[in-house]
Amino acid sequence: MYSPKKEQFHTFQETEHGVFGLFDSPAEIINAAQKTKDKGYTNFDCFTPYPVHGLDDAMGLPRSGLPWVTFFMGIFGCVAGFGMQYLTHKYDWPLNISGKSFNAWFAYIPITFEFTVFMAGVSTAVAMFILTKLPKTGRKVLHPDITTDKFALWIPSNSANYSESGVTDFIKGLGSKHVETVK
Amino acid sequence: MPNAIKEALDIQPLVTGGKSVRDVTVDILKPVEAFPTSLWWKAFLLALTITVIDLGIIGYLVYEGLYILGINNPVGWGFFIVNFVFWIGIGHAGTLISAVLYLFRQEWRTGINRAAEAMTIFAVLTAASTLIIHIGRPWMGYWLFPYPNERGPLWVNFRSPLIWDTFAVSTYLTISLVFWYIGLIPDIAAVRDRATGKVRKAVYDILSFGWVGSNKAWSHLETVAMILAALSTPLVLSVHTIVSFDFAVSIVPGWHTTIFPPYFVAGAIFSGFAMVVTLMVIAREVFQLKDYITMKHLENMNKVIMVTGLIVGLAYSTEFFMAWYSGNEYEGFTFVNRAFGPYGWAYFIMFSCNVFAPQVFWSKKLRNSIPVMFVVSIIVNIGMWFERFVIVMTLHRDFLPSSWDVYVPTVYDFMMLLGTFGIFFTLFLLFCRLLPVIAIAEVKTVMPHKDGGHH
Repeated sequence: MYSPKKEQFHTFQETEHGVFGLFDSPAEIINAAQKTKDKGYTNFDCFTPYPVHGLDDAMGLPRSGLPWVTFFMGIFGCVAGFGMQYLTHKYDWPLNISGKSFNAWFAYIPITFEFTVFMAGVSTAVAMFILTKLPKTGRKVLHPDITTDKFALWIPSNSANYSESGVTDFIKGLGSKHVETVK
Repeated sequence: MPNAIKEALDIQPLVTGGKSVRDVTVDILKPVEAFPTSLWWKAFLLALTITVIDLGIIGYLVYEGLYILGINNPVGWGFFIVNFVFWIGIGHAGTLISAVLYLFRQEWRTGINRAAEAMTIFAVLTAASTLIIHIGRPWMGYWLFPYPNERGPLWVNFRSPLIWDTFAVSTYLTISLVFWYIGLIPDIAAVRDRATGKVRKAVYDILSFGWVGSNKAWSHLETVAMILAALSTPLVLSVHTIVSFDFAVSIVPGWHTTIFPPYFVAGAIFSGFAMVVTLMVIAREVFQLKDYITMKHLENMNKVIMVTGLIVGLAYSTEFFMAWYSGNEYEGFTFVNRAFGPYGWAYFIMFSCNVFAPQVFWSKKLRNSIPVMFVVSIIVNIGMWFERFVIVMTLHRDFLPSSWDVYVPTVYDFMMLLGTFGIFFTLFLLFCRLLPVIAIAEVKTVMPHKDGGHH
């Protein structure tokens, strides 16, 4: 049975102290992420200009757990949308329209549907903003080319087995031509 | 897909001109980073002038009341509902491109989805503005929403199509806006990282929400994009279905038909795609984006226009057939009156623009001709505006001949029709100037990479 797992809700961690190296292609960053994971560094991240497919696996990230948010909030929206209409029309403010039943539920379907979609969509987006820690302005940008065509591997100082020289040598060994320490 | 297979299958690249990943960012951000051209200023000032005049007329309308318009007793809605349905329909193509084509893994959508989604949002805003004005007392517009009030148990009637509309349009606007903006965040971050001025950097930093491109964030963002696409697909169909319910749940002959929901949805896709073609033909020319919005994109959209044109034509014929086949004399009269009554000319415009004009796209040569597709896309939009006009004008002759009247739009009606275009184009031109018109990050994912990044 599928159930939500904590690691599916991996969050973005602020970049404060650590070492990063720049790579030129998606293949290099996938390879680098794989090696970093195998080496036992934790909390590391990759920064890419566009989503690189295969990188999640290489980094050992499980699939995002956001569909669970969509699912439960969709059910909530459906129940709340229908309930709002049923309770108001049946109990709070009954209106006799052409002698129809107060619970003429066929007519509630459009709003129930719209409310389901609204709650599911908006809350999934909100959950994404919480997990990715957005919005937060003035964030440290490692290198301006990362949003254009460079791929960065970031190993923060709170990573397991972290030592500045060790990490620098490790990233250089992966083939990065630009390695920088952030303090 | 390996390049050899692509060549064997004659699959055209989606980005032409041998661009590198860096070129994509540079080319697409050119209009955002450079001072606007004189052409942009001229277009913008024209649109802004129309908008300002429109706002003045709206103010005058609110001051004077609805009598300055051509609406009368049988035709109680007039141009407002025509404009409303027209603009909501225009909006649908954006969601279709961004959501339905996303689910079907149509990679060609990446070149046009950003602009099409922006078009959706501006079109829905325009539509919502006409909806608010047409209620006559716009300052009471919030009465359409259920809210706890001090007047005892007093709720909106949830069984009324007007309230369905309120929910449908506001949900549609919200979801489209969220979908559009989530896609924009990484691209705005690219603008920020390339910005040189301090103010500019700060502004785009706020707009980009502080996006840095972390893969942990990308993983969530991609999931959200997929979920929103999956939610938007039924949503977009439901919105126009509900708009058609405004008519179809009535008992007015010519409106009370089960074909309305699919017919409205097809019409919406039809007119929306025509508007996308109109805008894209201009945008790729003005902003030099021919390598990103290629002939392949335009040709695909023309094919959609042709198919939906046929569906719309089928719907017109089905309506006529059912009017006769049902044996209902009121229904029969309505359709004969539509085609040969006082508004027969509008029916003729509608039919020829929507059914005949797109058929030129059967020819590959014409489908690939910029002037032809530009003209056809405008003809289609005129035709689709008249479709809604014809539907609304059905009211002018209903069951009681004593209440028959003819709707004659006044100059204010026409000015406000023009005004909706002013609002739409003002917003669209601002968008072209301030934000990337093509989804940069998404285009990069469909480029032929030498290595890595499988899809």
